[in-house]
Amino acid sequence: MASLARRVAGTGSFYSAVAFLVLFAAFPFYWMLITTFKQDGDLYNLESIPYWFNESPTLEHVKYLFTNTLFLRWLGNTALIGVCVVVITLVVSLPAGYSLARMPGRTAENLGIGIFLTYLVPPTLLFLPLSRVISLLGLQDSLWSLVLVYPTFTIPFCTWLLMGFFKSVPREIDEAAIVDGCTMVGAFVKTILPLSVPAILTVVIFAFTLTMQEFVYALTFISSSDQKPITLGVATDLVRGDVYYWGELMGAALIASVPVAIAYNLFLDRFISGITGGAVK
Amino acid sequence: MTAIAEGARPAVRRPRFMLDRTEFMGPLFIAPAILYVVVLVALPFFLAIYYSVSAYTIFNPSYHFVGLKNLDEVLKSDIFRHTLGNTFFFTIVSQIFGLLLGKVGAMLLIQDFPGRGIARALVVLPWAVPVSLAVLAWKWMFDSLYSVINWTLMAVGLMDPMNPAQWLGTTDLAMAAVITVHAWRLFPFGVVIFLAGLTSVPKEVLDAATVDGAGFWRRNYVIIMPIILPIITIALIFGTVFTFTDLSVVYLLTNGGPVNSTQVLGSLGFQVGVLSGDVSHGAVICLFLFPFLLLATIVLLKVLRKREI
Repeated sequence: MASLARRVAGTGSFYSAVAFLVLFAAFPFYWMLITTFKQDGDLYNLESIPYWFNESPTLEHVKYLFTNTLFLRWLGNTALIGVCVVVITLVVSLPAGYSLARMPGRTAENLGIGIFLTYLVPPTLLFLPLSRVISLLGLQDSLWSLVLVYPTFTIPFCTWLLMGFFKSVPREIDEAAIVDGCTMVGAFVKTILPLSVPAILTVVIFAFTLTMQEFVYALTFISSSDQKPITLGVATDLVRGDVYYWGELMGAALIASVPVAIAYNLFLDRFISGITGGAVK
Repeated sequence: MTAIAEGARPAVRRPRFMLDRTEFMGPLFIAPAILYVVVLVALPFFLAIYYSVSAYTIFNPSYHFVGLKNLDEVLKSDIFRHTLGNTFFFTIVSQIFGLLLGKVGAMLLIQDFPGRGIARALVVLPWAVPVSLAVLAWKWMFDSLYSVINWTLMAVGLMDPMNPAQWLGTTDLAMAAVITVHAWRLFPFGVVIFLAGLTSVPKEVLDAATVDGAGFWRRNYVIIMPIILPIITIALIFGTVFTFTDLSVVYLLTNGGPVNSTQVLGSLGFQVGVLSGDVSHGAVICLFLFPFLLLATIVLLKVLRKREI
């Protein structure tokens, strides 16, 4: 009997610990969700319980977001930047990763680690000189500046990820193709790339999400509202003077967060094995 | 496997068109990546160093060399010294919370229970979602008038309704708020890293230890910890670097305030270098991140190398 009570208490404390953790992690998102659909009168009312709707839910804030702000434009900008950065990243990282995986000796190892380490170089260190480079190129205040600069952190990470993947593809496959008369490029395109679809997909997702998460470069390079990516536009343009339009702000944050959250969750394991450099099998 | 590889070599060595030669194509394949990194990471870095020893401002863009004058001025500033302290303080405290919560979270989520998948997906959220958007939710939760945190504390009688906490308006609370957001953002990363580590510990080893009489703590410190230490180190380095160099949390949550009390190197560098246009002093402030990054890199290299052997 005593052991049963202990087991029940154990299960109880286990679940309350899990509940605490989940609550701490997810509450801000719940808060975004409920704020988005609350009427203003309900939002700014100190008397009622804030956790739930005290007046009927409304689509007012979401409607305002899509009709009276540049929200759609920012989403479009982010999509455009994301697609361009993904293409640049793939074009540069695929051959680099392949070459590093097949190059003999220590040099490849060192080069690989060297490229990966640049992933540690933060925007905070480079935003001042890069903004000078951007204005020299005449790209200031244009979203193309971000297309140019974002690959500086997607290429290192994705090259490293792809290098790990290509190492797991047996050498015999491309060597057989070369023996059969393919060029090295031909062997890579015809035999290796078709095998790499899962890895390429991972790279696409991560290059895109890393791009979406960036804030510092966008903040430094871009001041025109219609050139801003979603993260910057929401954080800077939806605040007028000192007035925060919380319904619209939370709605925008929520809508922009959902796709990234889903993508991350689906590809989490690959991301982890990338960042730990395959230290975990 | 080597035998096959060696056997294939002569075929490659046949005199052919340049584009077939591995010796030639290998470097060519990797050149764009290196070029990108050199042009847009290495060169700007040296430009930053040059800014830091020149009198460059947005209003007077001269590369006039002034030596260590900027550094000296920055070091003499009280705000800067306070900022440097803040940066370390925020980083260290949020790493400790992040690691502790990460460890606890992993030990919970490695158990098999109904709803584990959903729990994991929800716990990962803070780390997945763009930080600049998530910080907005926190800013709203820390609102001076409509803070849900204050409402809750008042409802359970832990806070005086006449005197609600000004989370972002008083120094200590603003620092606590910044640390909370950093720890919140970081701990899911800790959870997934610890989870990955824990699942890599062979079950037989643990079972054998249990049979031999090793208790919970003994198993934890003598078997599990040594096995997962390398990846924990890697995670810690990444976590530290990301927190130490972060600008967006402070910029959006407190904007360095009240009166510069929560300023960190990144946000101060942005304020001085971009908003005030004093590029050279801004560059000095940001370059203070570098020695720290170098140290992190060296530790990371050691871990990665050890893994290879």
